[in-house]
Amino acid sequence: MIKWLFKNPEKKSYPDYWIRYEALFNDPKNTEIHNTTFVVLDTETTGFNYASDRMLCIGALKINDNNIDIKDVFEIYIKQEYFNAETVPIHGIIKNEKFKTYTEEEALILFLDYIKDAVLVAHHAFFDITMINEGLKRLDLPPLKNKVLDTMHVYKETRIKSNLIDQKKRYTLDEIAENYDIDVSDRHTAAGDALITAIIFLRSVQHLIKTKHYTLKKLFKL
Amino acid sequence: MKNTIAERVADFIKHFPPFDLLNKNQLLDISKEVKIKYLDKDNTIYSANSNLHDQFYMIYKGAVKLKKVINDKLETIDKFDEGDVFGLRPLFANENYAITAITEEETILYCIPIDIFKPIIEQNKQVNQYLIESFASNTENPFSNEFQKKLVLEDEIRLDFSKELFEMQPVRLIKNVITTKKDTSIKEAAKLMSAHNVGSIIIEEKDCPIGIITDKDLRLHVATGDFSIDDAVSEIMISPVLCYKKNITIAQAQITMMKHKINQIVVTKDGTPNSKILGVFSEHDIIVMKGTNPSVLMKAIKRANSTKELKRIREKITILLEGYIQQNIPLTHINNIIFELNDATIKRVIERCIEKMDQAPPVKFAWMSLGSQGRKEQLLHTDQDNAIIFETVDADHLEEVRSYFLTLAKKVNKRLKNIGFAYCPGEMMAKNPRWCLSLDEWETQFTEWTKETGDDELLLCSIFFDFDITYGDPALTNQLSNHVLEITKNNLIFLSKLGASSLRSPSPLGFFRQFLVEQDGEHKDFFDLKKRAIMPVTDAGRLLALHYQTKNINNTAERFEKLAELMPEDKELFLSCAYASKALLKFRTKHGLINRDNGRFIALAELSKEEKLKLKRCFKAIARVQELIKLKFNLKNFI
Repeated sequence: MIKWLFKNPEKKSYPDYWIRYEALFNDPKNTEIHNTTFVVLDTETTGFNYASDRMLCIGALKINDNNIDIKDVFEIYIKQEYFNAETVPIHGIIKNEKFKTYTEEEALILFLDYIKDAVLVAHHAFFDITMINEGLKRLDLPPLKNKVLDTMHVYKETRIKSNLIDQKKRYTLDEIAENYDIDVSDRHTAAGDALITAIIFLRSVQHLIKTKHYTLKKLFKL
Repeated sequence: MKNTIAERVADFIKHFPPFDLLNKNQLLDISKEVKIKYLDKDNTIYSANSNLHDQFYMIYKGAVKLKKVINDKLETIDKFDEGDVFGLRPLFANENYAITAITEEETILYCIPIDIFKPIIEQNKQVNQYLIESFASNTENPFSNEFQKKLVLEDEIRLDFSKELFEMQPVRLIKNVITTKKDTSIKEAAKLMSAHNVGSIIIEEKDCPIGIITDKDLRLHVATGDFSIDDAVSEIMISPVLCYKKNITIAQAQITMMKHKINQIVVTKDGTPNSKILGVFSEHDIIVMKGTNPSVLMKAIKRANSTKELKRIREKITILLEGYIQQNIPLTHINNIIFELNDATIKRVIERCIEKMDQAPPVKFAWMSLGSQGRKEQLLHTDQDNAIIFETVDADHLEEVRSYFLTLAKKVNKRLKNIGFAYCPGEMMAKNPRWCLSLDEWETQFTEWTKETGDDELLLCSIFFDFDITYGDPALTNQLSNHVLEITKNNLIFLSKLGASSLRSPSPLGFFRQFLVEQDGEHKDFFDLKKRAIMPVTDAGRLLALHYQTKNINNTAERFEKLAELMPEDKELFLSCAYASKALLKFRTKHGLINRDNGRFIALAELSKEEKLKLKRCFKAIARVQELIKLKFNLKNFI
């Protein structure tokens, strides 16, 4: 009884775009890797503090059956109120750069419309997803409903289990890219990092399908 | 909207024809429409007689082979790698594909939509021409079916056309062209030629070839005293230079060289001396392209100036190996040749990487190959296992010195990977700080492993004790070998542990003498040749070699041959082990070549009755030497 009272504050009315987004999750999902849409994303932020730092840019792309369509790449830059001078050199995204920028709300509306009910993929995904959820919270919205895969875990699963390798190691994007011989000239642009992450994801998943008969369900358990 | 990825794609494609003929806006417009496609090894991109795709392809990473049925056999007619375009039929023809395109390794393709590209072809004549030429050269063999059928009918002998047609392939250009200016002195030019180990040098002005000098000209004009070495090269150069267009075939090149009595052809953008030099092609390169001759390959390795070149040579080595195995040449002989070629390849890579470093190595060092390469038992492409040992330095400089060698190792490991030696999944590579140590660090490390020995240490010993110097100062590795002998001498606790672990490998045969196959995983129902047969005999060889302190012999067969010499009473057993080791390696190589993998897992159905018998004979030798080890090291409790 108490629980019920607690759990049900007066029903909030969410904006149309959120209701549209939320409704997508009512249908049952695909269960095969090859007919699932994956959205690989990366965010560039002003820093690592979930509360005070803000997203500068969201880059994302879609993988359908091992294909990436460059026409369908998502790359949105966000207008900054809060500004952290220390991180500017890393990202090269200076406040009020010359290309079109969006407010955080506009960016998130576009983003929800882009990802729909796809499976989200990111490297060290917890960080990016939390950053986005913080943004949603500022709009009085609940967190993302999509399933999420972390390429760090997917890649790690492809490595042999041996005491000679540090099993707790957290692989950085650069380390994996080097191991897979992926060009890293676009590091620290959100879309560039998303592409690197996507290639790592494709190769690692292929490896797991081949050697361990991985299915989508098994990937979610990583 | 800004599109960083499209910019990245444009940045890549602009380096390769025909995209190098387009302007920045065109490149970006195309790139925005590109699809990136990922494919695993042995995947069909399109097959002969299937409907045309609405796109053509460019290889971003990986390699693709084109296959066609010739005389009822699916033959590879061409191969493409990074930067090449293929699948051009939909641009020029309406009928279905005539050939099949299959990925040869893991591949990432850029798919370029036909409807975006067609308007560009219509506007740009050069692009059109380039694509038509490459379409014509890689779809239809000039000497196509008609010609071959006739030959077969005439003399009833089936020739292997895929190899005979070698002459019809386009030449592969050497793009690192050595050039100089016309006012350079003859002496300087000769020095340049020696430094790059080439027989000719091109005199260039504004990227166009205005003259050429060959070894012969130096002999004719300089050694005779007609000109001084301080004269300008323009005095003796041959001008104008005979130039050709890209895509000249080997046959054409050979005829041209004979006709004009030259041994080098210069290829320029439009085929005249008035345009940009694209590359050169010499008689030597023809031999290399053909090259399935160890001495030619060896020379080619030593001259190779790019990783890509070394990779091609490695492919030739595989062809050579295949031929040897087919002709049943004794394995010892094959092994020596392939080892030398692999060894030279690694040496060349290290040499090139040292040149690329900002400074010379700060102290003496050696590059050690471990595991199968260290035992000279690596015939196929397997993983790279290696380490660096450097001179002992004082603590203040240790990390500085180590960081130099780690940087070097990173370069070498990466290039070896590109050539075809995969990264070691256990990270046993010189770029790993754990395996880039000074002499005294290695000694301490080895001592620790033999003092407090657990399962991990045993595994490490089995890899690291089989080290062999590939490059650098042999005094260092020699000292380390002495150390290994010292710490294992009469170290009965360590040796019996090593003995016990050598008996632990799973049995190859079941109770009814049937082959035991893997129960699950990727290789379910395959026979694990490495784990069940090769490892036990290798482990036994290492153990006995340490016990009897035979120094500087790493090869398993050689170890047993040495043991046979030392202990005549067990001569017959040891010789049968030496034989087993060779036979198993040959087995692995043969099946690796058939399946294009590392040969570790064998499908029993592929084995002939004779092969099965042969394998069982090997197992018998292994079982007997394992008995001997049990007795010798008092391991009766191990079954």
